[in-house]
Amino acid sequence: MGDLKQTVFHDLHVELGAKMVPFAGYSMPVQYPLGVMKEHLHTRAAAGLFDVSHMGQVLLHGNQAAAALETIVPVSILALKEGRQRYALFTNEDGGILDDLMVANRGDHLFLVVNAACKEADIAHMQSTIGGDCEIEVIEDRALLALQGPAAEAALSALLPAAADMKFMDVLVADTDYGPLWISRSGYTGEDGYEISVLNDQAVAFARFLLAQDGVEPIGLGARDSLRLEAGLCLYGNDIDRTTSPAEAALEWAVQKIRRTGGDRAGGFPGADRILTELDNGASRRRVGLLPQGRAPMRAGTAVFADETSETPIGTITSGAFGPSIQGPMSMGYVPTEFATTGTTVYAEVRGKRLPATIADMPFRPSTYKR
Amino acid sequence: MKFTEEHEWLRVEDNVVVVGITDHASEQLGDIVFIELPEVGTTVTKDDEIVVIESVKAASDVLAPLDGEIVEVNEPLVDEPSKVNDDPMGDAWMFKMSVEDLSVLDDLMDEAAYKAFIG
Repeated sequence: MGDLKQTVFHDLHVELGAKMVPFAGYSMPVQYPLGVMKEHLHTRAAAGLFDVSHMGQVLLHGNQAAAALETIVPVSILALKEGRQRYALFTNEDGGILDDLMVANRGDHLFLVVNAACKEADIAHMQSTIGGDCEIEVIEDRALLALQGPAAEAALSALLPAAADMKFMDVLVADTDYGPLWISRSGYTGEDGYEISVLNDQAVAFARFLLAQDGVEPIGLGARDSLRLEAGLCLYGNDIDRTTSPAEAALEWAVQKIRRTGGDRAGGFPGADRILTELDNGASRRRVGLLPQGRAPMRAGTAVFADETSETPIGTITSGAFGPSIQGPMSMGYVPTEFATTGTTVYAEVRGKRLPATIADMPFRPSTYKR
Repeated sequence: MKFTEEHEWLRVEDNVVVVGITDHASEQLGDIVFIELPEVGTTVTKDDEIVVIESVKAASDVLAPLDGEIVEVNEPLVDEPSKVNDDPMGDAWMFKMSVEDLSVLDDLMDEAAYKAFIG
């Protein structure tokens, strides 16, 4: 606890009344005085500003960078157009997932954003696998903010009108009153919005500017978790990890055709045998959404059963919470593929009782990305 | 009104003990999204886990503050758990219990002692 790192926004969080908690080695705001529920609803109704500076920012330089990165992700990077961003996965030899990340093509280099808890391992992994083929630059002098919700566009456009013209997953580097900003129109809440990388020495002033715009409130990790879960998005370490493959995790959409069996650049990434076989034939288990039929939340770690009496669990809940926007409990978890059909009833054991839940499509709440 | 170290309040009304959680407990729990109340008629022993509360953060239990029998529960809380955040020391009482000897309440903290306890 004594060795917690702080982001550049730490004093601002405290000033804003945040409750700070340890997260991935950092002291981070879990909530502000508004509270988790209202912060969640506010983000969906107006805009929320999140400190995500604990995440790792990395540049890959060199004309072989895209080809090199393709050797460690099952994703088409060579076809990623300049000014665009894409979701990717680092996989291991077993076909599991080492981390999920965002990759942006910024012309003569790639910009990667990786999870806080994985960033040191990710960087070491890249150094050992592709360090000879491209230059890996770990960014230490920048903070990262997410501005999410229907009022995000107006708030950022007040500084930079060009932000309004960006579409979902567009990226832009722009000089502003707060220095050079690295902007993507993306996020992890299911809302329209932006993730913005800003130099540390301009970051607090920039955050204060955004907080001064109409409808922008600071939002903590508590609401970030319920927002991403309503949006059906995976939390690395909970919903995906080294033991879950892309097909099991229902992330087929992240693996473009060109990297699959029969594609021009099929395979050539760690775990390709298992990953491609499962993409062709399906996996034996699958990540699904679950809507409890009662009001009790079914949280991470809860065992899932086929019926009310069987002794052996068929699966596990990996994330679960109350969804403020859907006004009810929601969960994500793994079940055998034969139970993964929408509408199937399964039972989760909560405090010794088998409670029914319905397999449900995700996102639980329709996302509002600006396509 | 009396208080326990488990952040419950108790008051006597028509010879039964009305029990809820304190403002302090409600604040600490955060937004409450689920409540499971005991069945009326249940005989309980002090420290039995008899109410389940789930907030946006986690699940927690409310313990029986005394030996006795549950004689009434605040059923509307099940459909509107957020009432516990709105008025934990008033409308959002959780259950009423009958106890053999009301003098056991004398051992519990009064408001001043509870305030000192939560600092």
